[in-house]
Amino acid sequence: MTDKNGFFDLSKTGFTRRAALKGLAAGAGLAMAPGFVRYSQAQSSAPIKIGFQSHRTGIGAAYGRWYEKTTAAAIKAINAAGGINGRQVEVIIEDDGTDPGRGAEVVGKFATQHKTDIVFGTLFSHVVIGSAPAAGENKMPYFVVSEGHHVASTKLNRYVFQPGITDVKSQIQSMAPWIAANAGKKVTQIFPDFAFGYDHRDYLPPALKAQGADVIAQIAIPPTESSFTKYFPQIPAETEVIYHVMVGPAVLTFVKELGEFYGSNRPQLFGFIDSLEAVDINSPGLEFLDGSHFWEGSPRYAQPDDTEAQKAYRAAVGIDDNGAAVGDPKDVSTAAHMFGCWETLYVVKKAMEDAGYKGPEDRAKLVEATEALKEFAEGPEHPQGPKTFNGKIHQCFGIQNISKVEGGKLKVVHKTKIEDGLYEPEGDYTTQAL
Amino acid sequence: MSEASPAKAYGLHLGVIALLFVLSFLLPEYYHGLLARIMVLAVFAMGYNMLFGYVGLLSLGHAMFFGAGLYGAGLAIIQLGWSVPAAFAAGLCCGAVLSLVIGLLALRTTGVAFMIVTMMFAQVFYLAILYFAAWTGGDQGMVVPQPARVLAFGATSLDLTDPTVRYMAALGLFSLVLLMTLAIVRSRYGRVLVAVRENEERTKMLGYDTFSNKLAAVVVSGTICAASGAAYALLFGYVGSSFASVQYSILPLLWVLLGGAATTLGPLIGTLFMYYVIDVTSGYTSAYLLIVGIALILLVLFFPKGILGTIRQRWLGWLP
Repeated sequence: MTDKNGFFDLSKTGFTRRAALKGLAAGAGLAMAPGFVRYSQAQSSAPIKIGFQSHRTGIGAAYGRWYEKTTAAAIKAINAAGGINGRQVEVIIEDDGTDPGRGAEVVGKFATQHKTDIVFGTLFSHVVIGSAPAAGENKMPYFVVSEGHHVASTKLNRYVFQPGITDVKSQIQSMAPWIAANAGKKVTQIFPDFAFGYDHRDYLPPALKAQGADVIAQIAIPPTESSFTKYFPQIPAETEVIYHVMVGPAVLTFVKELGEFYGSNRPQLFGFIDSLEAVDINSPGLEFLDGSHFWEGSPRYAQPDDTEAQKAYRAAVGIDDNGAAVGDPKDVSTAAHMFGCWETLYVVKKAMEDAGYKGPEDRAKLVEATEALKEFAEGPEHPQGPKTFNGKIHQCFGIQNISKVEGGKLKVVHKTKIEDGLYEPEGDYTTQAL
Repeated sequence: MSEASPAKAYGLHLGVIALLFVLSFLLPEYYHGLLARIMVLAVFAMGYNMLFGYVGLLSLGHAMFFGAGLYGAGLAIIQLGWSVPAAFAAGLCCGAVLSLVIGLLALRTTGVAFMIVTMMFAQVFYLAILYFAAWTGGDQGMVVPQPARVLAFGATSLDLTDPTVRYMAALGLFSLVLLMTLAIVRSRYGRVLVAVRENEERTKMLGYDTFSNKLAAVVVSGTICAASGAAYALLFGYVGSSFASVQYSILPLLWVLLGGAATTLGPLIGTLFMYYVIDVTSGYTSAYLLIVGIALILLVLFFPKGILGTIRQRWLGWLP
């Protein structure tokens, strides 16, 4: 309702085209005035908020601590170089207790309370799978650094990505040619009787078969087990390679008892460094591993042929040549995995820049921009090595390292090719609605 | 302790339900979602309270009943492609059958032995989930696909992933179980359960078949917990073995102890309190479980009967 004699009555004001043009000119002048410029920038230069779902407590705490360190280093570097789309980046950390139930709550908290632009950083598979529905329902881009095959399996949803670390199926497939050619053709697998072990149980045999080698025995060890000697007689005598992926605190006992069982006359040993992440390779009881080989995503120990990018990355994160915290040799890092945080954040940066990302209203654009990415060149943003990215399955593929334990250090003896780890996509996230 | 009139007792509970309904429109987005989750888990606590609070049987294995509902509903949707109502019914049936079998076996024991037997059965259930990983997803668990979480009524449908629908569904289940619990504890059957808790031998001497009454309580308790598990799978879309681990057998015990054992509203208060303490303190320190522990010790020292239990003892003797 308007008052004919009042403020809203324009009928007697003589509002002409000239007056309108003057008004527009005045408005434009005001918009260009210093104060207004500052105000506009304040609106568009608010920091980009990244919700970091961290395993600060629970079984993943050792990983969580190093994931936080790596993330802090990456954010510092990104901000020092001008941030993302000219905006600084702020990280908000919430502890998920390495628990899937709490993980889902944390994703909800980021989406509805902190109102972060994305959620990032989860490692443990069950937490990723437990949190994925919350990410999908909140339409929250969820960038995990998990190495599980769950993202690439396309069983999650369109908002979940793993662009900074390869998945375990790809890693196992990449290892098979080297094992068959260098370690032996008859392989016995020893693995924990839960999902992490099942990936190895299921993906290694066909990968070895393709290389003319065979898995001749698979020994699953229950997660509740604390002594392993009784399982070793099940290892066939003709075994040429023992492929082991035991994880958790019992791994030291496992290696010690395996050493006592075989003495100096043992088959070749090949393992995944997941068993010994954050554990000093020179710990008492691990002597038996001398001369054995491990998969490493990124090498723990500095290598003679490290690139400048790798050296800069290690310095920025604060790890010494032995892969321990600078100034604290006992604080061994999770070097084989944590580079994924660094690289994922640079993928997020690239995707946000490609999408012209301004805020949460552009999350769908961010998803599409991430899906459109194809490859990441080796360099300061991707110090682990070059990668390709499959937007349909939201998964990157890269090189892997095979390292030999020599003189109490891990020395890289082989680097795989990206092609070694490629496999047929199992689905297509891009067909799902945003 | 005096008993409240029906109007007073039901009025209080309907008031709480009305308050939760109104909160749906007032709460900020995050707390709205959190309260939906709390209401579902409060149902779990109410199921636990039925056995622990009213019959005096301390079980350390109730995670298996929650897990039975969770996996019963989740597997029915994921592996068999059932609809939401059918999956929910499957979850309830799994919980009812499992609790009947466990009850028949475990009720042969009492006291500490009952605790240990229930804990062992729950451990068997948990390890079975890991063992049959090809179907259950093992320790990683499974996602219930978003398109499957839709409640269809002819041409119309309700999307359970929508925050408002989810809140109302959680409130619906919570209200139903709360009023059912109130009706049970005020019934003759409820009085028999309390009599068993207070003096089983004397109850037997009065001619009651205490085994049958306890077995019925185990089944009611287990089925309520399964309802909570089934609702969790359908409303939040994740089915995982961690919900069947020993931690989830201890949590409802803590929630009930905090809120007040043998009080109908205590489980809600306890779950709410614990959730908020963890949510707030975890924002400040990674040692939040230490703070939770201190809070629990203080509560045990100053509110030995739990929050509502102490209020009932000191001020409101009529609280059901």
